[in-house]
Amino acid sequence: MNLTPTNASSKPDSVYFYGTCLIDLLYPQAGVSAVHLLKREGVNVIYPQAQTCCGQPAWNSGYRDEALTVARAQLALFSKPIPIVVPSASCAGMIKVHYPELFNAQPDKSKALDIAERTYELTEFLTDILNINLTDLGAPVTVAVHSSCSARHEMKVADRIDILLDQLHNVTHAEPANKEECCGFGGTFAIKQPEISAAMVLEKAKAIEYTNAQRLIGQDCGCLMNIGCALEKQGHTITHQHIAKFLWDRTGGPHRDN
Amino acid sequence: MTTEFRKHIQHALTQREVQANTKNVVNRLRNHRRAALSDQADWQRLRRQSTAIRTHAVDKLPQLLELLEDKLTQNGIRVHWAETTEQANQIVLTIMQQHNASFVIKGKSMVSEEMGLNHYLKAHGIECLESDLGELIIQLANEQPSHIIVPALHKNRKQIARLFHTYFPATPYTEDINALAQSARHFLRHKFATAPVGLTGVNFMVAETGTLCLVENEGNGRMCSSVPPVHIAVSGIEKVVEHLSDVPPLLRMLTRSATGQSITTYFNMISSPRKPDEKDGPLEVHLVLLDNGRSRIYNDLELRDTLNCIRCGACMNHCPIYKHIGGHAYQTVIPGPIGTILEPQKSGLNLYGELTQVSTLCGACREVCPVSIPIPKIINRLRWEYIRQSACNIPGAGSGKKKTEAIVWKIWAWSCVHPVVYNRIGRTITNMRSLIGRILKKISAWTAVRSTPKLTKTTLHERLKALKIEDK
Amino acid sequence: MKINNARNNILNRLKTSLKSESEPVAHDVPDSLDWGVDDRLLHFNKQLQAANAEVHDATKDNWLITLKHICSTKRLKNLLFSPATPWGAQILERSYEFPTFKHFDYPIDEWKPALFDGIDAAFTSTHGGIAETGTIILWPDTHEPRLISLVPPVHIALVEKTEIYSTFADALKTQNWIKTGLPTNILLISGPSKSADIEQTLTYGVHGPKELVIILV
Ligand code: SF4
Repeated sequence: MNLTPTNASSKPDSVYFYGTCLIDLLYPQAGVSAVHLLKREGVNVIYPQAQTCCGQPAWNSGYRDEALTVARAQLALFSKPIPIVVPSASCAGMIKVHYPELFNAQPDKSKALDIAERTYELTEFLTDILNINLTDLGAPVTVAVHSSCSARHEMKVADRIDILLDQLHNVTHAEPANKEECCGFGGTFAIKQPEISAAMVLEKAKAIEYTNAQRLIGQDCGCLMNIGCALEKQGHTITHQHIAKFLWDRTGGPHRDN
Repeated sequence: MTTEFRKHIQHALTQREVQANTKNVVNRLRNHRRAALSDQADWQRLRRQSTAIRTHAVDKLPQLLELLEDKLTQNGIRVHWAETTEQANQIVLTIMQQHNASFVIKGKSMVSEEMGLNHYLKAHGIECLESDLGELIIQLANEQPSHIIVPALHKNRKQIARLFHTYFPATPYTEDINALAQSARHFLRHKFATAPVGLTGVNFMVAETGTLCLVENEGNGRMCSSVPPVHIAVSGIEKVVEHLSDVPPLLRMLTRSATGQSITTYFNMISSPRKPDEKDGPLEVHLVLLDNGRSRIYNDLELRDTLNCIRCGACMNHCPIYKHIGGHAYQTVIPGPIGTILEPQKSGLNLYGELTQVSTLCGACREVCPVSIPIPKIINRLRWEYIRQSACNIPGAGSGKKKTEAIVWKIWAWSCVHPVVYNRIGRTITNMRSLIGRILKKISAWTAVRSTPKLTKTTLHERLKALKIEDK
Repeated sequence: MKINNARNNILNRLKTSLKSESEPVAHDVPDSLDWGVDDRLLHFNKQLQAANAEVHDATKDNWLITLKHICSTKRLKNLLFSPATPWGAQILERSYEFPTFKHFDYPIDEWKPALFDGIDAAFTSTHGGIAETGTIILWPDTHEPRLISLVPPVHIALVEKTEIYSTFADALKTQNWIKTGLPTNILLISGPSKSADIEQTLTYGVHGPKELVIILV
């Protein structure tokens, strides 16, 4: 795997930020932290207020017409030829991998391809494009990481979060057993197949608890919410946090939001 | 609503012993595979090669089948074609009857499972005996295989010990695996020697030479295909490859992906029945080529990839869902991710459409598939076919359509293309977060094992607006 | 008649389907490995031993001593082999030094019971070996039928060191199998019979030979 940024990907002046609906309603601090991190690197951030959802829930449920309608509305938001940064590998994967499939026979296919090309998952962007340097100002802490399946299998950027955490000298990085295995979230799957999803998330929660980490970190709020809420329900004190907020808090934040 | 299918899954999740056995074995298989394919660059190259071989063979399927038939016939192997499992069973029965045979000894064959051959022959007074150790265990327990490579993976040695003690009372109760295997050897040797017909599956069929290839470790496949005077091989039509030189790379990927072995103990290549000057081998070799929906799957270029499968089982070994529910919960001949895409296409979405919902689309299966079958992509496609009206040739397409669900998605889409509406809904949700929290708590599907997620006071939209982040 | 229809229906459905041109097969995986004779021997040995086979190093001059040694350590009461092969002829010449000699020179139907009951071990020649996987190649023929390497509990096989190829692909290419034409049956054997069907735990000698013994010359 090539981890060194290529010369071609020199640092852009501006990027679009695509917040994702889960972050919008449940984890806005993660979105705000991501924006702060990008800005601190000298990148101007544009957040189209008309953004809603990438369309993935419908796409994954077989409702392709609805997915297409929603995705098309997002295409209109990114007219400038600058990168689109998404603090979620799942939504980034929807745009990068599945928009080309979704728009395959559509008149606006080229637009979808162009946008797919410009889309980056946040940790990928911070490492590969911005080559970010982090200075850890936080107290010693042990964290466990859960990389999402989208990060691992779709975007192939699962290791970027490790690269970022490795820069923080006060952070100990504990590895849960079967770390590459799915947590059982799968969007609507958690509701449609609650029994299997429960079995999966409980196993995952146990593996994380077993690491003795104080905090669970990830790049996808869907998995974090799934595992985090399961840990909480089982009475564990391990908190969950999006990588963006974790990084920002330890390297210059915190901002007032929480 | 809890469907029959969901009930099976719920039941499977309560089977602690099965779950423990399944997890134990898949973890071992994962480790074995990892050890055999650890070099990433190497793996990528081998996979590219195997994928190209299979894709190429499947694309040329009609020509290769004709060539195969020609070559096999020249070699003296009789070729039979079956559109349905019923026809395939009839063909086998007819051959049995021609030889007045009332007993057939079987090597491992998933196609014969697909045919329901054992049941069919039994109804016609013919006894089938499985000779693969795993299959024998399954047959004695009167169950179905729960895995395509390790049929009895859901059973542990204690359960097998009890089973063998019941069926082979002469052998004392033992939990020693060697002793258990030896009692099977002992029981079956005489059967091999006396069976009038042997039946096996096929792993690859080579068109250019007219050769049937069998991959195995125990030697029972060799027994079934060389000791009885008649050998019947059954295969899906997709198992053909063009060249003999295609075989080594596929074999290498098959065994490494399946069990991490660099090769199996036996690789058996059969190109003809016994020749006049030869002293052993069957006098007749038959090949039954089964379609059963495969040519229909072939018709769709996207779904066609399903036929690339070499049945290594890696996708099930790496599937987190398979690991938790085990093979039987799928209620299909072939379980796991490949079963999830194959069975609804073969037998209809009306029967197996719900299977398409049993996936998080995590992609672990695609990652390990030696022939790069995009399983999540095909699941996604089948989910679409399951709920849409359109003309597509998968039986039962549209059978999963639900009015209310469709309306919910319409409303969702509408709100997502109207940002004002979307943001207002967002604000409403956040404003009413304590009420909504209480409602969410009621969604027991979520809260059975998880706490309720906490909605924010102010959305990201609002916060970034307050921070004066550019909008355009 | 119905079956003919099946054939034509299947082929017609396939032929009327959309065509797709797949990419040619990638050639970046070499057929053989860059191994010298010593490397090949080393791997061949290592792999076979890892698969629980016995490997004995010998020469064309002294291999009978090795065989004799094997027979006596294993306390074989009889040995099945074909005197019609060059190697078998050598054994026959000094048969007084070996356990009772067994040979079947007629079709299987007459010797099936005897083969299944009462043969301690069989000796066969081979068609070469494969280093990468620790495999012996057998082309059973009229003198050495396919069952003699399968049914007796011990299989002793002789492999010539010069006939060991690095990979399976290399073997079938170098020996030019396509041009020679494939015999009734080819076997690649890579150890004694085994199974892991119970708890993925290995056990040997399930249906085929419990022991595979290789003599390298
Ligand atoms: S789909 Fe791929 S991984 Fe699964 S059994 Fe088939 S070849 Fe193996």
